[in-house]
Amino acid sequence: MANPTTTPTLLVDDFAPAEPSKWSVPANLDAIRRIITRLLALAAFIALWELASTNKIHFLINFAHVPAPSVVAVSTTEFAQAPKSLRHIANSARRVAIGFGLALLTAVPLGLLIGRSRLIEDVIMTPLEVLRPIPGVAWIPLAILMFPTAEQSMIFICFLGAIFPILLSTIHGVENLDRRLIYAAQSLGAGTWPIFREVVLPGAMPSIVTGLTIGMGTCWFLVVTAEMISGQFGIGYFTWESYTMQKYPDIIVGMLVIGVLGMASSALIRFLGRRLTPWQQNQGTR
Amino acid sequence: MATESGHAMSPGAIALENVTLAFGEGRNAVTALQSLSLTLRPGDFLSVLGPSGCGKSSLINTIAGFQRPQAGEVRVDGEQVVRPGPDRGVVFQQPTLFPWKLVWQNVDFGLKFRNVRRAQRDQMVDEILRKVGLSEFGRHYPAQLSGGMQQRVGLARVLVNKPRVMLMDEPFSSLDAQTRLMMQELLLEVWTEYGMTVLFVTHDIDEAIYLGSQVAVLTRRPGRLKALFDVPLPRPRTIDTLVSKDFMKLKRTCMDLLREEMLGAPAATERRGRDSNLARDRLLVESADVAA
Repeated sequence: MANPTTTPTLLVDDFAPAEPSKWSVPANLDAIRRIITRLLALAAFIALWELASTNKIHFLINFAHVPAPSVVAVSTTEFAQAPKSLRHIANSARRVAIGFGLALLTAVPLGLLIGRSRLIEDVIMTPLEVLRPIPGVAWIPLAILMFPTAEQSMIFICFLGAIFPILLSTIHGVENLDRRLIYAAQSLGAGTWPIFREVVLPGAMPSIVTGLTIGMGTCWFLVVTAEMISGQFGIGYFTWESYTMQKYPDIIVGMLVIGVLGMASSALIRFLGRRLTPWQQNQGTR
Repeated sequence: MATESGHAMSPGAIALENVTLAFGEGRNAVTALQSLSLTLRPGDFLSVLGPSGCGKSSLINTIAGFQRPQAGEVRVDGEQVVRPGPDRGVVFQQPTLFPWKLVWQNVDFGLKFRNVRRAQRDQMVDEILRKVGLSEFGRHYPAQLSGGMQQRVGLARVLVNKPRVMLMDEPFSSLDAQTRLMMQELLLEVWTEYGMTVLFVTHDIDEAIYLGSQVAVLTRRPGRLKALFDVPLPRPRTIDTLVSKDFMKLKRTCMDLLREEMLGAPAATERRGRDSNLARDRLLVESADVAA
């Protein structure tokens, strides 16, 4: 064109800066007030529990055998110092990690293929649809029979718990991918494999991350159950053993540890999810 | 020539012969294009107008290779179109950028599938981003840009491949009037510089005439060629073009043709006042005639 300097006038047409002053002083004070309220509520809850346990209240719920928070606190410090504790935690974590990892490695490629091919969907999804409604817990007896060691059967149960949420959300993500993005990639010269790697996979990624979050929750639920039935070590086994050995405060310690481990693993997934979908954080700055 | 960084690119010739394209099967089948024949010489800029749902997008999809016609042939430079390819760049109605890629990665995408060295690719991406006025935004995600800027990335992503043919499917229809005008200027600028063949689908009569060297009007579905005429307005085209007498005459011709198609009958004088919008545009045309 005659005058190339006309282009720069197009620059920065309506690129809006981020919203200003969202954290002004009054909002900050309000946030602090909320935190204080929440801490007080938590303290009140623990105080009520303490009162109920020490007075052995028996109204609908029997607090006679429920250890008081003060007793649980002592047991928790003992658990933290006991050499066996780490072994319990490590065993459970390892089962979840292997089961979840295997599920991830199976479900994501399978989901990508099923989402892209009608034939693969018909062949693979039909038997899976039959198995899907069966809860993971119902598999425990058969899993024990199917595998030579209890360890393997527990890992298998974890795997089962994680695979369906990951698989279904991967398929969902692929099927909801904007067709025009594939068209665009094709018309830019991308072949089948680059389209899979650079368009289908990242396009499905937000949905896959959702599946991972759900799958991780199911994994912990199932590992605790499986350990209560057939474990030698593991946090679920520890909790159940505390009941059979009548070390009641340790039941609560076990429950708390399970809660913390669940929280930690879902935080790990959230962290991974943010790393896998970096473009999603930036949408708010539009 | 495909791997050269320079501006040399040979524009492509497009030929459609008796193309028929249908969707669905049995009773739900819809014929989008019916025995459509159309020829574009290398370097042409053809605007395609037609009533909504007449198969304008289908025309793009067949030439791009996204859909295979049931009958007839589509040829680009004598070669039959069987699949999508980077020689035929497509700019969609929505920017259709890859949200997970930064702006420069979106532009670089097509270059990866050709044997271009990294350093040269970077240089080509920089050059094209400068051309569309987005040098500062290479490291932004598409979602951080405005609609007009996103569409400029969409244009850059296609231009960087030096396509022989550029297919544009109402690319500016979702932009506000100001941005649209700037994008039209930018498009004419790159077309003058690069000289590729452009097929530009739009429902905006002003846009069709302002941009095109020729205007094709399609019939209602199934889409056939209703009219094809040259736009003899001088270039470079400016705002003056938009209010010139010749422009108004062409606009009136297009309006008559489209109205005829939408009403399903030839435009008769007694029907003039029926559609208030058309009537208003008509008044504009007449007053322009008087003024001139």
